[in-house]
Amino acid sequence: MKIQKTAVAGTMESSDIMVTIAPNEGNGMEIDLDSTVEKQYGKIIRRTIEETLKELKVHDARVHAVDKGALDCAIQARVKTAAYRASGEQSYQWGGEAK
Amino acid sequence: MKRLRRTMLFVPGNNPGMIKDAGIYEQDSIMFDLEDSVSVAEKDAARFLVYQTLSTIDYNGKELVVRINDPTTKCGIDDLESIVRTQKAIIRLPKTESAQDVLICEYEIERIERENGIKVGSTGMMAAIESAAGVLNAKEIAFSSKRLVGIALGAEDYVTDLKTKRSPEGVELLFGRSMILLAARAAGIDAIDTVYSDVNNEEGFRKEVELIHQLGFDGKSIINPRQIKTVHEIYTPSRKDIEKALDIMDAIEEAHRKGSGVIALNGKMIDKPVVARAQRTLDLARAVGVLK
Amino acid sequence: MRIQLEEIPHLEELGNVSRVFDPDSFTKNSRTLAEREKLNNKIVPSLEDAIRLTGLKDGMTVSFHHHFRNGDYIVNIVMDKLAEMGFHDLALAASSLTDCHAPLIKHIKSGVIRRIETSGLRGELANEISHGLMDIPVVFRSHGGRAYAIETGELPIDVAFLGAPSCDPYGNANGYSRDVDGGVMCGSMGYAKCDAQYAKKTVILTNHIVSYPNAPFGIPESDVDYIVEVPEIGNPDGIMSGATRFTKNPKELMIAETAANVIEASGRFKDGFSIQMGSGGASLAVARFLREKMLRDQIKASFALGGITGSIVDLHEEGLISKILDVQSFDLRTAESLKNNRFHQQISASYYASPSNEGTAVNQLDLVVLSALEVDCGYNVNVLTGSDGVIRGAIGGHPDTAYGASVAIVVCPLTRGRIPCVVKHVNTIVTPGKVVDVIVTDQGVAVNPRRKNLLKKIQDAGIPLCTIEELQQKAEHIVGSPDPIEYTDRVVGVVTYRDGSVIDLIRQVKD
Repeated sequence: MKIQKTAVAGTMESSDIMVTIAPNEGNGMEIDLDSTVEKQYGKIIRRTIEETLKELKVHDARVHAVDKGALDCAIQARVKTAAYRASGEQSYQWGGEAK
Repeated sequence: MKRLRRTMLFVPGNNPGMIKDAGIYEQDSIMFDLEDSVSVAEKDAARFLVYQTLSTIDYNGKELVVRINDPTTKCGIDDLESIVRTQKAIIRLPKTESAQDVLICEYEIERIERENGIKVGSTGMMAAIESAAGVLNAKEIAFSSKRLVGIALGAEDYVTDLKTKRSPEGVELLFGRSMILLAARAAGIDAIDTVYSDVNNEEGFRKEVELIHQLGFDGKSIINPRQIKTVHEIYTPSRKDIEKALDIMDAIEEAHRKGSGVIALNGKMIDKPVVARAQRTLDLARAVGVLK
Repeated sequence: MRIQLEEIPHLEELGNVSRVFDPDSFTKNSRTLAEREKLNNKIVPSLEDAIRLTGLKDGMTVSFHHHFRNGDYIVNIVMDKLAEMGFHDLALAASSLTDCHAPLIKHIKSGVIRRIETSGLRGELANEISHGLMDIPVVFRSHGGRAYAIETGELPIDVAFLGAPSCDPYGNANGYSRDVDGGVMCGSMGYAKCDAQYAKKTVILTNHIVSYPNAPFGIPESDVDYIVEVPEIGNPDGIMSGATRFTKNPKELMIAETAANVIEASGRFKDGFSIQMGSGGASLAVARFLREKMLRDQIKASFALGGITGSIVDLHEEGLISKILDVQSFDLRTAESLKNNRFHQQISASYYASPSNEGTAVNQLDLVVLSALEVDCGYNVNVLTGSDGVIRGAIGGHPDTAYGASVAIVVCPLTRGRIPCVVKHVNTIVTPGKVVDVIVTDQGVAVNPRRKNLLKKIQDAGIPLCTIEELQQKAEHIVGSPDPIEYTDRVVGVVTYRDGSVIDLIRQVKD
């Protein structure tokens, strides 16, 4: 998946995360995180964002995330939404997560 | 023992905080909404959120239901593509007007099941009837698919369609409720009543629950966890009813032992419907935990 | 006949019986009350004058109360003045400090304040201190522990600067005025009473000088040396949260309802029981569910204690609680009730919770409902530091009431956002698990295994129980396993138990 434009998903509500994804052509993945639980979960959140993008085969992206204590599933959902929006792709690929 | 569906809590599909806490209450079912509570611009976000949630969060065996968008649109199909794959939730079809609506949705579900190696027929469905046409077609809707576990009334759209509005007594809903109940009973599936939206009117809510309980509904859709307790109270058999039912079952056993054909209790004949009702009271009492 | 002292047998044993009455040693004052109030009083022209008159010196201890909560102006006004007058190395002993006291940071940096004692810290000041602002660690004391330290001389106060919403010209001060409606009100002055009584000098700062006698009073004139009139003592919006509203949060309501069921099952829910309930959303809502049970079973409480809210006042006015012992009034409804209800009694922090006295009010509690930031598998409770290790709370009366009450119930959600509230080890132990009996969360109730009889009672009542370890695992399952907080070796806070012994240390967080 290729990031074509800047797109946002999520809100600033508690338990949510607002993810902004922008193109970063040829420069790989840059993740900038601002989280209310940075000290306890910062590493996990960054890893979740990165893995979710890898799963979508996104290689170059600039990600800015403002986290208000979202659980992993919400982080994955917001990253995927933002990535699809940023790529302009509307034919969704659903994985087999629920095996 | 069939599953209890006394309370089905609506949870807006794009609210991570509410979704996270949806399982902590005592409701029988959780219904994640992708339809009316989600704005058009956020349909994709809600779909991803509910999909990821179903794939990861464990709701302790509660029945999970997802209300999808119109399955004749891309949005509705995308909803089905994602939710059916999780194999975790029943699909609730909104604004059902005819058996054909159910079949269209079922066709898509079956296709997705086949494409993903999911056992065909394993995804349950529920149909919400929210219009005059839907109420008139309640019977054919109820009989339309083996996947249907129940049909539900959606009163807000329905009363608008009737060119009226909801009253405290609910007289305008009587016919629709009765139709849906009869159709459900004839088809052997559940009948679920509509939401009561004034959360702060506890007395009005209680009256409405008493009414639909008396009509025979299996349960009610609710919009706030604070409404759960009232519904469960009304749907819990009273000590008196339980004792009477136990007496009836004892009398039957006694008669069987004696080989007697005619069964009587306190001078009253006990016929088949009385036994069936007693059995249902005891089943319910056991299911809700007031009888061991 | 002239009195001869020598005629008195055993005069040497009669102490200060040593002088003969002299009618010329005084003159009768025939001024009217109105005249006297103006001429002979304790009012001094300015704060600076008052400070000079107290004889305050560098290195001494000044004290404050926190009845104005986040609307307080007094601490900042006084410390600014002390800085301006060139004082340094002062010890600041407040009953508590909060967000509005961020301006103290500059006085710490400039050396005006050398050390701090308080029940709690919040906001920017707390954050800076957690990051190593002060050389000397902050000493945290509970409300009862502070009263005890003041009484025993462990915490000697040189000058108390106490804000008061009303004061007469002789120093009778109170948190409201009997004669005037409206204005700034804080209700009870409970935490200020000990300071006024034990400080070497007491200065009252007020925006409202009323006629003598300002009765009833929270602080008697006998404890007051000087009075300063200031234009404003605090922001009413920060002092009082208008009316206490019942939470509509379904999760908090569920926790509250479960807590009420636990109370009913505890064996303490009998006519004449005593209770304290906190001011958090869930613990406040307990009152509502308890009310239904009290009406149903015709049970009345003998007294309610502590920080008081409007929901307690409602029960009192309904006749369900006979008396209120009020050390701190949380809302306007409570302040009005203190003013108007005969059996709503203002009490001092010592009366409330000092461990020096077996009769202290907390020791008469059957039940207390408390909140928590974190609870751990040893039932230890943290109400002082956040999950990130930064100070963001106050001890309050937590360990005092948990110790005193027959049954101490802690209510908290299992998780807050992504933060687990039931953990393996709390960041800071404020209340030891030995005195914490029941943990009520939205996803299960756990009873301290030390309390076998209580556990059986609650179990027999049909309330499903789980172990504290199960709650901890459930929380971790939902939010994931957090990384441990990294600290430096430097101690920034000393947490004391009620008797002044050190129960835990707060270290500087690493960034």
